[in-house]
Amino acid sequence: MDAVVENFGILWSGFLRTLSLLGIGAAGALVLGTIVAGMRVSPIAPLRAVAAAYTETFRNIPLTLVLFGCAFVLPYLGSPLDYFTLACIGLIAYTSPFIAEAIRSGINGIPVGQAEAARSIGLGFGQTLALVVLPQAIRMVIPPIINVLIALTKNTSVAGGFFVIELFASGRRVINLRGDETIAILLSVAVFYLVVTVTLGLIAGAVERRVAVLR
Amino acid sequence: MTSVLYDAPGPRARHRARIVSVVVLLLLVVAAVWLVVALASPRVTAAGSVQPGLLDPSRWDVFLDLAVWRRIGAALLNTLRMAGVAAVIAIGIGVLFSFVRAARSPVVRIPSTIVLEFFRGMPVLLMMFFILLVFSTESFWAGVWALGIYNGAIIGEALRAGVAALPRGQREAGLAIGLTPLATRFRIEFPQAARNMLPIIIAQLIVLLKDTALAYFISYPELLNTIVRGLSNYYGNRYFFSLFLVALLIYLVLNLLLSALARFAARRTVPGAGSPRIPRRGGVMPGPGVDTASLATPAPPHR
Amino acid sequence: MRFRTATALAALAVAGTLVLSGCTDSDAEPDPGDTGGGETVPFEDGTTMAELAAAGEITIGTKFDQPLFGLEGPNGPEGFDVEVGKIIARHLGIAEGDIEWIESQSANREPYIESGQVDIVIATYTINDARKEIISFAGPYYIAGQDILVPAGNELGITGPEWFTDNPDATICTVTGSTSLENISAYTSNILEAGGYADCLEPIRAGNAVALTTDNVILAGLAAQNAPEFEVLNAPFTEEPYGIGLAHDDTEFRMWINDVLEASYEDGSWAAAWEATAGVALPLPEPPAVDRY
Repeated sequence: MDAVVENFGILWSGFLRTLSLLGIGAAGALVLGTIVAGMRVSPIAPLRAVAAAYTETFRNIPLTLVLFGCAFVLPYLGSPLDYFTLACIGLIAYTSPFIAEAIRSGINGIPVGQAEAARSIGLGFGQTLALVVLPQAIRMVIPPIINVLIALTKNTSVAGGFFVIELFASGRRVINLRGDETIAILLSVAVFYLVVTVTLGLIAGAVERRVAVLR
Repeated sequence: MTSVLYDAPGPRARHRARIVSVVVLLLLVVAAVWLVVALASPRVTAAGSVQPGLLDPSRWDVFLDLAVWRRIGAALLNTLRMAGVAAVIAIGIGVLFSFVRAARSPVVRIPSTIVLEFFRGMPVLLMMFFILLVFSTESFWAGVWALGIYNGAIIGEALRAGVAALPRGQREAGLAIGLTPLATRFRIEFPQAARNMLPIIIAQLIVLLKDTALAYFISYPELLNTIVRGLSNYYGNRYFFSLFLVALLIYLVLNLLLSALARFAARRTVPGAGSPRIPRRGGVMPGPGVDTASLATPAPPHR
Repeated sequence: MRFRTATALAALAVAGTLVLSGCTDSDAEPDPGDTGGGETVPFEDGTTMAELAAAGEITIGTKFDQPLFGLEGPNGPEGFDVEVGKIIARHLGIAEGDIEWIESQSANREPYIESGQVDIVIATYTINDARKEIISFAGPYYIAGQDILVPAGNELGITGPEWFTDNPDATICTVTGSTSLENISAYTSNILEAGGYADCLEPIRAGNAVALTTDNVILAGLAAQNAPEFEVLNAPFTEEPYGIGLAHDDTEFRMWINDVLEASYEDGSWAAAWEATAGVALPLPEPPAVDRY
């Protein structure tokens, strides 16, 4: 265990990196996911097609390839961004389709009668959205979104192979320094991840229970 | 065309939609052309040397070498083998987990919940390392078991939620005709839950296939890293990008094919599965809209 | 159904022949020099040598991504480390085809030895005291040194690691978790950590890093593969003795391997192994004295 204590600084800075990847990735994915979901249900055919193509592509390729594209192909095309930003872009691009799907199924789960009733009493688009559609959709959409975020937490470890020194890469560095305590180091890395994922899981469970009561 | 977000479009809305469509199409075409030109033109590196563009034959001639394809084929088989065995294990563990998690007695339910949360929260690669080092197995089995346990936990959750979303009448009817609770679960609730949750389960199996890429770190020659790292290390760095594109295409085709195959198989064997379900307005029937949302909407995959 | 399958196969065959006519096969030559089991000197019972010789197979961990030393090709790994492994196997009476090669990435080497995944590790494995507490080393069989790779022409005038101390804005690239990282951290903290050595080349081309640092033999291999874009400074600033890693307490096996190494220096097989692999890019060095501790 002393290998972990000695090198705690390395592990901790890796953990902070992971948290920042998670935070930025989650925020960006929520925004982009909402936009993509909006595109998929819009009346404009090319937008629907683009969104569908984007979703199908990114759901079917491994995250490693997405990050590879961001870390190597974007600089090739002349992007001046640093590797951390590129990794965030990759994570956002990869996670948004899943958020979009969650939001879309939430919207589709609302009976059309709700929207028709809202429109027939004269509410505008913004009002319908804010007062009728979103409150119902959000309740249904939060558990799967939190599941997406749990997966995103673990997916940040892939960025470790692409110039971002996050928790898993830090863990491998410590293992290389102290190969005699591999299991202890892996366990402590696991604990770091579990702290985040279990917290998110508990939040998901709590929300799910509240939703069940309301339905 | 009425939907939750907007009403059926009238003539002015349709006109506007047409204009926006044309604009979007133009933008897409311009972007595509720019991308192709940027990739194909020779590139001047920061140090001043000039390299051929990505469409230059010198970047692609390695694919004429049969040894390359043989290696890709072997790696593909390795990946499919690991994914196949892990999928079977995952489904088995999933069924098991859903049983224990839905058990009546808290003595069974609570520890299994803790175990399940633990396995869902652990990164798969860590599990692979543990199994490899602690149980001294070979990398194939370490990968298979890690993938099986992790995805089994997620599939178990999906099945449990699927069972919970069924109308209570199903279970009550089963008990009323004299089936034991276990038999009811197995013969009445499970098939329906499986049918409803099939899209999610298929999505999770795709995740499993993509996660086999992690086995590279425990020295298993799987597809993704063999192509992108192994082949480019051996044949030269100039094939870096071409190999990346080939890997992209292979995975895209593979996964799309597999989901299509799974849906096809599901439609042939499980009655009612795969066909689009019309969500009952306001009803409690499980359907794509109502219950799927509360689940692991394909608990997104790990790479 | 059979008729349709037959027609489909025929069509595929025709299409396939047209495509394949443009193909070559770098795998077509059977690999020469597959020396079968060599000297079968009877070993003492209970020693690892006796067990391995009796089993007729050995598991060796090596790198699969280092040009010249351990690189996975269509016929299995190739390189100097691989050849040294074959020499050892030959002395155990094990044929080349019975060696199982397992990729041992840097961070996995000690865990694999400890857990018995591999019997020995020959993977550009630097001998140092910290590692000697966990496993033991036979050899060294080669002395490398950490060096720096720069774009050809070296316009920035990089002279060595001290240059980076004087130019803290310049980024140097190396592999995450490697000894090269630990060594260069003493000079600068502006380090870009990559997943593999070849990954560092793109950042240099894109301008995100100015140089790559690792052992000179790896750099020589990368420079040769990407000629004429890069050059190696040829000013090694550390000494990296490569050893053969094995279990900590297996002194007999270690001494025996040392004997085999010394014998290979004498009978020319070490030099032949070098010439066949790393020799294409590097001159033949003096065989280093093995360290029997």
